[in-house]
Amino acid sequence: MVKGVQFRSHRVVGDILELAERYCHEGADELVFYDITASPDNRSVDRSWVSKVASVLDIPFCVAGGIRTIGDAEDVLNKGADKISINTPALSRPELVTELARRFGSQCVVVGIDSREEKGEYRVHQFTGDVQKTRTTSRTTGDWVSEVQDRGAGEIVLNCMNQDGVRQGYDIEQLRGIRRLCTVPLIASGGAGEMQHFAEVFEKASVDGALAASVFHSAEIPIARLKQYLVDRRISIRPQG
Amino acid sequence: MTSIAIIDSGGANIASLAFALKRLKFDSVLTSDRSTIESADRVILPGVGAAKNAMSRLDRAGLVDVIRGLTQPVLGICLGMQLLFDRSDEEDTECLGIIPGIAGKLPATSESPVPNMGWCATRLRQPHPLLDGLEDGCFFYYLHSYALPVSEYTLATTTHGVEDPLEFSSLVAYENFLAAQFHPERSSAAGATVLRNFLLGVT
Repeated sequence: MVKGVQFRSHRVVGDILELAERYCHEGADELVFYDITASPDNRSVDRSWVSKVASVLDIPFCVAGGIRTIGDAEDVLNKGADKISINTPALSRPELVTELARRFGSQCVVVGIDSREEKGEYRVHQFTGDVQKTRTTSRTTGDWVSEVQDRGAGEIVLNCMNQDGVRQGYDIEQLRGIRRLCTVPLIASGGAGEMQHFAEVFEKASVDGALAASVFHSAEIPIARLKQYLVDRRISIRPQG
Repeated sequence: MTSIAIIDSGGANIASLAFALKRLKFDSVLTSDRSTIESADRVILPGVGAAKNAMSRLDRAGLVDVIRGLTQPVLGICLGMQLLFDRSDEEDTECLGIIPGIAGKLPATSESPVPNMGWCATRLRQPHPLLDGLEDGCFFYYLHSYALPVSEYTLATTTHGVEDPLEFSSLVAYENFLAAQFHPERSSAAGATVLRNFLLGVT
């Protein structure tokens, strides 16, 4: 179970650390830190916070946003992040996925994909951090998943944009389709509103993880209770604490 | 004061190991210096990345025979575990040859993706001070594509796959050489227990 911590880079480090420790303590299995302004503004994240987060967390965490070069990735990993996640830069230059996997190993390289259904087809979206700049690419989601996997991506986070923010459950149908062609870990993102949604996505789409932000952030779904619920449903998951 | 040397094998992500030791109130030094390694009370061989690359770095640093000759407790983590064995199928790499065995690639299907990445329940197979305080079935965080088969040196195991699960070694002990396939530094309280046992419980 993955907790997304989304922030704009001006957010003070103290806030990020406090959230990180809280989610870690509550039993989250992994954290993803998104600097959602990084790609649209064509600049990188301020990374001093990465080492601070790494020193307090005893669960894995991933940094997303603003990683465009091997040097960017090296900086983040050296500061103690376990994985780096790339989205827009991979679409702009797919070779980046290959280069990162070769240099750091597939296990560090996560590709985030923003996918939306249009006219019966799932397509990849780019620059989703900024409503003004968001655009549809020519790629179908399935083709892009296969390509990044061939290039050495070690994990795919599929953000189903039709579901995002509406809390009607994960996009089971899309995730099942992607699962069939995905032999690396697949993480579902977008749509979680109730505990049942988590059980459904594990049972029906066989994903390896489920990511949520707002329901954890608001404490609407306490992580400990969710974990007990999933354990009771016989879903293989690390029990709380 | 226990001195801990973390061998600099050139991989990324060594910071998280030093931070984990720090949370247990232990200082460590990241080094490729022969005498620092030989005189340390505990030696950790971490590793993220590819086996061939890591072995050639150890070779260039003149550390292959140094590691083979260590007599204090040594802990290999993840790739560092695989390096302690004879060989790895990853680019058909000759490893340090300290513990008998060959690391093989995990089979990938859409039911059991590779890399094996995430929290896996781990079975305790034989008693050892490294396992003190752990419960059978406890969860550790794994992040790997190659693994060691189960042998007489195996202390704990995990399975990969649903239909026809493959059981592999999660923890191994061979004389003073100990090895973990998972990342204790990222495995919450259970991981901290393993590190603490390594620092205080084994001799």
